[in-house]
Amino acid sequence: MTSTSATAVLFQNVSRHFGTVRAVDGVDFEIGQGEFFAMLGPSGSGKTTCLRLIAGFEQPTAGHIEIFGETAEGLAPNRRDVNTVFQDYALFPHMTVLNNVAYALMVRGVPRAEREKRAREALSLVRLEGMDARRPAQLSGGQRQRVALARALVNRPKVLLLDEPLGALDLKLREEMQEELRRLHKQLGLTFVFVTHDQGEALSMADRVAVFNKGRIIQVGTPEDIYQRPTTRFVADFVGSSNVLTPDQAPRFGGVSRWTSLRPESILIGATADTMDVRQTAEVIDQQFQGAMRKTRLKINGLEVCAMAPASQTLGVGQAVTVGWSQGALHAMDGEGNDV
Amino acid sequence: MSDLALRRRGPLSSLLDAVYRRPRLFLAVLLAAPLLWLGVIYLGSLFALLAQSFFSLDDFSGVIVREFTLSTWVQLMAPANLDVIVRTVSMSALVTVADAIMAFPIAYYAARYARGPMKAAFYLLVMMPLWSSYLVKVYAWKLILAREGIDTWVLDKIGLKPLLDWYLSLPVIGGPSLSASYTGTFIVFCYVWLPYMILPVQAALERVPGNLIEASADLGASQGATFRHVILPLAFPGVVAGSIFTFSLTLGDYIIPQIVGGSQYYLGQAVYAQQGTAGNIPLAAAFSVVPILIMGVYLTFARKLGAFDAL
Repeated sequence: MTSTSATAVLFQNVSRHFGTVRAVDGVDFEIGQGEFFAMLGPSGSGKTTCLRLIAGFEQPTAGHIEIFGETAEGLAPNRRDVNTVFQDYALFPHMTVLNNVAYALMVRGVPRAEREKRAREALSLVRLEGMDARRPAQLSGGQRQRVALARALVNRPKVLLLDEPLGALDLKLREEMQEELRRLHKQLGLTFVFVTHDQGEALSMADRVAVFNKGRIIQVGTPEDIYQRPTTRFVADFVGSSNVLTPDQAPRFGGVSRWTSLRPESILIGATADTMDVRQTAEVIDQQFQGAMRKTRLKINGLEVCAMAPASQTLGVGQAVTVGWSQGALHAMDGEGNDV
Repeated sequence: MSDLALRRRGPLSSLLDAVYRRPRLFLAVLLAAPLLWLGVIYLGSLFALLAQSFFSLDDFSGVIVREFTLSTWVQLMAPANLDVIVRTVSMSALVTVADAIMAFPIAYYAARYARGPMKAAFYLLVMMPLWSSYLVKVYAWKLILAREGIDTWVLDKIGLKPLLDWYLSLPVIGGPSLSASYTGTFIVFCYVWLPYMILPVQAALERVPGNLIEASADLGASQGATFRHVILPLAFPGVVAGSIFTFSLTLGDYIIPQIVGGSQYYLGQAVYAQQGTAGNIPLAAAFSVVPILIMGVYLTFARKLGAFDAL
């Protein structure tokens, strides 16, 4: 695999070991120019280490990394055209907002008037104006997030790295910032690499998602691929908790003798199930009201399965119901995916 | 509510409850003894000392005249006495600057690189000199720096003796030997107070988050620029905190200059001599007010620089 002009970041069989811990273990991927690429996985799965390898805070133990066609291993962070938005923002506490944002220009020797002008532009880009003279400690979490973004964007890096940037924000603010990031991505046309453990965030924001587990990439694909066609049990489980059937159980649900994923929202209950290819009887274990839906636990063929019923559909505990799903909803997978 | 829910039994419990309800009472009980010590015994004697400086000594009879006068303070302003003050303050300032320069790399290593056993070794090595007697260390230095001492011997062996002779021939900083020169006093002061600079600087550096250093590099700063713009400003309060120790300890010390150095007096020696052999308690008192005033000014500046947040 060699990089083309459209490749922003290339990983070839990259490993990063810390003693006996294989934080990243033989990872290959390619991020296209202008792509919004999410790295998704549980904590300790190697996604953040991959980000740090791109930034240059870590050097690979083995393998090859290219950033815009240039060999990156051995290159110090300050010599890479890549900027990072840190998980806890890492704003300089002794500098004003304006000086924080202008920092990248200051260390490059841009004259004061010029760098302050560009820093103000970056701040208006993230819609944070009139806070120039404040210190980071005087800002709210959301405002700090915007300063960190402006600081990383002020020099128009070729690649913007985001390390769980929304993790510390509350739900409302997080949704707002997700919108904001998507808008910035579209507006600036930069390559974004986004690390998160929140599958909803990865699915809703990214062009492509890489799912990490135990230092390896389990699957790379569009959000639709990842969600609807998980290749392994791990992905099916981690991305939108699916009902995972073992090769023994799958035939009883109308599938083939393989590891099989059946999404909760594909299971219909009651009269709506009559039109479905596969129909079974089930016993209701319990229901949990979740606003738009009712999460319903059912016992089908002696197996506990989760389904999503409309909020209006209230069922009694122990009630016998008809359930059904289409043949196509049964997605056969390659294996477990966590035996790496 | 059941009886068991509120467990209030015996006088001790009610006392504890009373203390719990009135936090101020608790504080008063806690602080009574130390406040008594600090307020009455320490501050009291300090003010008694200050008052002494407004008395005077009858030169003829050697008796202290207990009447308010400013004559002792006028005497303090005599050129010979001002020399003592200037000499002491200059030495303190130089020792502080030299200690800061020596301490920073050591503290930086300890805060950023040393881990596990190396960190333990760092603390041990920095603190160990504080465990042995200060007098022993000063006398050891006197021997090291003496004309027949190790340093002369080593320099002679490696053929650098002429360099030492040239250095000792210099005015002010030179002298008959290192142990009888300002340079010798300076070296010993620097050595003895160095740990007091290393520890606060290390504590300050320890508190500089690692991700700020990464962020700086990420934004294109070289290591030198990161040091200047991020590490140094954030660690500076620690340097100021350390300087409070090195400066004030040098300001008040009267043993080191007595053992290592020339015959010129420092503030501490002046106080010692005036209240001892000369028996001039008022002048000794006036002398001892000087470092208090200097430190007052120094601490005001240090506070402005944020040093107390770093202690």
